[in-house]
Amino acid sequence: MKRVRFSQQEIVFAVFALLFAVFSIFLPGFLSPDNMLTLLQNVAVLGILGLAMAIVVIGRGIDISLIAALAVPSGLVLQMVQNGHSLTAALAAAVLFTICFGLVNGWLIAYAEVPSLFATLATGIFVAGLGQAALFQLDVVQWSDGMAGFERLGQGTIFGVPTSIVMFAVACVVVALLLRQTRWGAYIYAIGDNPYAARVTGIPSRPIVVLQYVLASLIGCFAGLVMAASVNSMPTRIFNSTLIYDVILVVVLGGIGLSGGRGGVVNVVIGTLLIGTMLNGMTILDVPYAGQNLIKGVVLLAAVITDSFLNPRNEETAQQGDI
Amino acid sequence: MRDALTRLRYRYWPDHLLGEILSKRWTETAIPVIVLILVAFALSRSIDHFLSPSSLADTARQAGEIGFIGLGMALVVIVGGIDLSVGSMFALTDFCALYTLDVLGWPVPAVIAATLICGALLGAVNGVLIGYLRLRAFITTLITLIIYRSAFDLLIQRHSNEIAAAFPDIPSWNFVGGGDLFGIPSVALVYLVIAVFGHIFMTRLRPGWHITAIGGSRRSAYNSGIPVRRTIALCYVASGVLTSLGALFFAARLGTVGGDIGVGLEVIVLTATVLGGITLGGGKGSVAKSLVGVLIVLLITNGLTTLNARGGINRVALATILLAAAMVDIRWQKNRARIISKVYVAPTYHELPPPPPTEIGEGGPFEQNDKLRDVTLIGLGRIEAPEDVILDRNDVLYAGSRHGDIMRFFPPDYERMEVFAHIGGQPLGMAFDRQDNLYVCIGGMGLYRITPDGTVEKATDETNRSLHSVNDDSRLRLADDLDITDDGLIFFSEATVRYEMDEWPIDGLEARGNGRIICYDTNKGTTHTALRGLKFPNGICVASDGQSILFAETFGCSIKRYWFAGPKKGAVEVVMDNLPGYPDNINLASDGNYWLALVGMRSPALDLAWKMPGFRRRMAKRVPVDEWLFPNINTGCVVKFNEQGKILESFWDLKGLNHPMITSMREHRGYLYLGGISNNRIGRYKLAGADPDFVQYDKRWGRRS
Repeated sequence: MKRVRFSQQEIVFAVFALLFAVFSIFLPGFLSPDNMLTLLQNVAVLGILGLAMAIVVIGRGIDISLIAALAVPSGLVLQMVQNGHSLTAALAAAVLFTICFGLVNGWLIAYAEVPSLFATLATGIFVAGLGQAALFQLDVVQWSDGMAGFERLGQGTIFGVPTSIVMFAVACVVVALLLRQTRWGAYIYAIGDNPYAARVTGIPSRPIVVLQYVLASLIGCFAGLVMAASVNSMPTRIFNSTLIYDVILVVVLGGIGLSGGRGGVVNVVIGTLLIGTMLNGMTILDVPYAGQNLIKGVVLLAAVITDSFLNPRNEETAQQGDI
Repeated sequence: MRDALTRLRYRYWPDHLLGEILSKRWTETAIPVIVLILVAFALSRSIDHFLSPSSLADTARQAGEIGFIGLGMALVVIVGGIDLSVGSMFALTDFCALYTLDVLGWPVPAVIAATLICGALLGAVNGVLIGYLRLRAFITTLITLIIYRSAFDLLIQRHSNEIAAAFPDIPSWNFVGGGDLFGIPSVALVYLVIAVFGHIFMTRLRPGWHITAIGGSRRSAYNSGIPVRRTIALCYVASGVLTSLGALFFAARLGTVGGDIGVGLEVIVLTATVLGGITLGGGKGSVAKSLVGVLIVLLITNGLTTLNARGGINRVALATILLAAAMVDIRWQKNRARIISKVYVAPTYHELPPPPPTEIGEGGPFEQNDKLRDVTLIGLGRIEAPEDVILDRNDVLYAGSRHGDIMRFFPPDYERMEVFAHIGGQPLGMAFDRQDNLYVCIGGMGLYRITPDGTVEKATDETNRSLHSVNDDSRLRLADDLDITDDGLIFFSEATVRYEMDEWPIDGLEARGNGRIICYDTNKGTTHTALRGLKFPNGICVASDGQSILFAETFGCSIKRYWFAGPKKGAVEVVMDNLPGYPDNINLASDGNYWLALVGMRSPALDLAWKMPGFRRRMAKRVPVDEWLFPNINTGCVVKFNEQGKILESFWDLKGLNHPMITSMREHRGYLYLGGISNNRIGRYKLAGADPDFVQYDKRWGRRS
C-alpha cells in the first residue's frame, strides 16, 4: 500500500487555491484585473520581507527588527534628500546604516550569544527609537523633488507587469541563487540544520550568522525603498504596526520550519500568495483592522501549532533556554 | 625594603575575598542593587523633589502595578520561558475590571474576582500552548500578544464610551486605587504581601523548587519525576493572574480605557526582569531581583519623562539597557566559573629562612640515611592511600583507603585483610578513645566515629560560623588529623577552609593561614573552633603534660603547642620552626618523645616563589594547573623530636623504593608502622631498643584487662 502524503507547501498551496476559488466565486470584484494587480502590489513588499526573514529562519534564527530595517534606512534616504543631500549620497548613507545595523544584530547573536528573538526585538526598538528621536522630523517622511525618478522602483510597469512585482521577482531570483547555488547558502542550511555539527565540521558559523542578518537587513532596506517609491512617502510609524507578524506568517505558512534548515524561496512565494489573498479578501469583506489582526493572529497560531507537529524541535540540538 | 612593602601589602590586603565574594550567589543580586542606588542618587541630584514623600508614593503606586507583572514575568523566565503577552493581558483585564464595574455594575469583590479569573484564563491559553503543546514561548506569546491586543481593540471600539461616561464613587474601589495605610499606598502593601509569599514560595516550598529545577534543566527535571508540563502551564497562569492584579490597581487608580494601555509594557517588564539579574533561559532568579529591576527601570523611565526627553529617546534608552543587561548576564553565566577560578587563587607572602641541611656529610639531625630500607611491607598492592595507620590494644592494624573504607589487618603477620567499615569519604587521621571507639577525620565529610562492632556514626560535621568570613566556614571541608584528650575533648585540624580535599596543593600555593583547629567535646556533643588562621594545620598529638596539644603546620614548616587547659590556657607557642620539609602527623613514641612525619621536603624554588606572591598569582592565571609550581611530596622522612623541640633522630629511605613519602607513623610494641597518602602499602619497621610492650593507649590510659 502506498500512502499518499502531502508536504506542507502542497497543503498550503491547496488551501490558497481553495481560498482563491471561494473568494472568486463569492466576492464580487475579487477576480477583476484591477483587484488582482492591487493584491499583487500589496503583497510584493511583504514578499520581499518574507525573503529576508526566510534567510534568517533557515539559519535557525528570527529577525524581529526587519520592520525597523524597512522603515528607518528608507526614511533616512527621504529625509536626507529633503534636507538637500544628493540621492546618491543619501542611498549610500542608508546602505551603510543598514549594513551596520545588520552587523550589530549579527554580532549580538553570533558572538555575544544573545538569543536572536531577544536581540532583534531590542535592536528593532533601538533603531525605531533612534529614528523617532534623532533622524526624522515628522512621523511620515515626505517625498521631495530630489527623489524624482526614484519612484519608478515602485510604480509603473515593466513589460506590462507592475514594477513592485518585478522587484519581488528579482529579489526571489537573487535569494534563490544565493541559497541554492553558493557555498554560503549551503552553510546557512547546515547551520540551521544543526549548529553544533556545522561548527564541528569547520564551517565558519559565526561569520555566516552575521552574514544572514546583514543580508536580512539589506533586503529589508530594499523592501522599504520599494515601499517608499510606491506610496511616495515613508510612514515610519509602520514600526508600530503588525507587519512583522504578517512576515512571520508568510514564512511559517509557506513551510519554512522555525527550527531551521528547511524550505526555500518557493515556500516564501506560496506563503505570500496565501496571505495576500487572505488580506485582500478581508479588505473586500470590510473586516475592521482589529478584526483582521485577530484573524491573522489565530491563523498564525494555528500555523505555529501545525509547524510544531510537522517539524518538532530537535531536543538534542535545541539549546537549554532556547526560548 | 621592597620585601617589607610586599609583606605588608599581602598581610593586610584581603586578596582572597574577591574570589570568595564572586562565588557567592548573592553577588548576582548585589550588582543590580548597586545600580539601583546609583540611578536613584543620580536622579535625585538632577531632579528636584525626586525623593519627596508624594513623589515617592506616586512611584510606589506605579512600581506596585508594574511590580506584579514583573513577578509574573520573573516566574515565567525562571521556568525557562518568556511572556510577551503581558501588555495585552494588562489591557484586556483592565477593560474587564472597568466593564464589569461601570457597565455591568457588579459589586467590587465580584469585579476583583472576575478580573483575576479573566487574567487566569488568558494566562491559561499561553500555558496550554507552551506547557502542554510545547510551542516556543517567545513566538507563542508574541502571537497571543497580537490576538489579545486586537480583541481589546475590538472591545473598546464598542464599549469605551459607556466606560468613559460612568463615574463610580465606591469607597472600597477608591481605596484600591488611591488609599493608603500608615502612608503606604494600598498597592504597595498588597505587593509586599505577595512578594514575601513569593519569596517563601520560591525558596522554601516544593513547587517553587520544581520551577527552578525545570528552568535549570528541563530534561533532568522530567527525568526526576517533576510534572514539567503542568508546572510550566501553571506558571503562565500565574503570570496572567499577577498581570490582572496589576491591571486591577491600575483600573482603580485611573479608571480609563485608552487604546494604548499596556502597549510596550512587555518590553519595560522584560527589561526590568533582565536588569534585575533574572537569567534568560531560566533556572535563576528571585523576588528581590525582580523588585530591584522594576525599580531601576521605573526610575529611569520616570526620570526621562520628567526631564522632557522625546518619546524616541525613551525607547532607545530602554532598548540599550535591555541589550546591555542581557549581554552582561549571558556572558557572566557562561564565564562565571572560569572567572572565579581565575581570581579565586590568591597567593600571599610567606617567608622562610634557608632550611637546615639534609645532605649526607653535612651532619645535623636531618642527615639522610638508609634506615627505612629494611621495612617489611604490609598489604602491598592491596591497600590504597593509607594516610594514617593505627593499632588497637589487640594489635590489629587499621588504615584508611582511597575508596572510602577503613581496612584492617590481623596479627601476627598482617596478611589477612578485611573491610572494617565503609564510610564513603577518604579517611585521614584516626584515633581511639577510652571505649575503643575509632574516631576518624574524613576529608570532605567531617569527624566520624566507628564503634568496635563496625557501626559508623557521625560525630560532627560543622562548627561555629566565624563572623568575618565570606565563605561559609561552618561546614568542615578538610578535617585532617585528630587526638583525644584525657577528658574526652577531641582536637582535630581542618587543613583549609578555602579548598576541597582534591585541591589541597592549591592551598600550599596560596600559603595563607586558611586552616584551623577545632575542638569536639564528646561529653556535650558540641563543636567549636579553637584556633584559626593556621597554615595547613595537619598532625595533632596530645602532649605528655595532658594540658596541651602539639600540632604541625604543614606549609608553615613548624610545630606549635597549644594549651587547652592549665595555667597557660589558650596560649600558642612555637616548638620547632624552619623544618627542612612539610610536617604531617605527630604521634607518641615509647620513650616519651614524639614521632613526626615529613611528607615532602622543601625546595629552593618554592621557597623563593613563596616570597613572590605576584609571581604565583600570574602563574595561577596563565599556566594550566598541571604545570603549576606545587610543594614537592615525592620524598620525605620520619623524625623523632623531644618536648623541647630538638630533633633526635631521622629515618630515610634513600633509594625511595619502599616509602618515598610518609604521612604518618605509629609506634606499637617495638615496631614503627608507616603510612602514606599516595602509597599502596604499609611499612613495618623494627625499632632498635624500643620498648617491646609499648601500646599507645595502654600508656596513656592504663592497661585494660
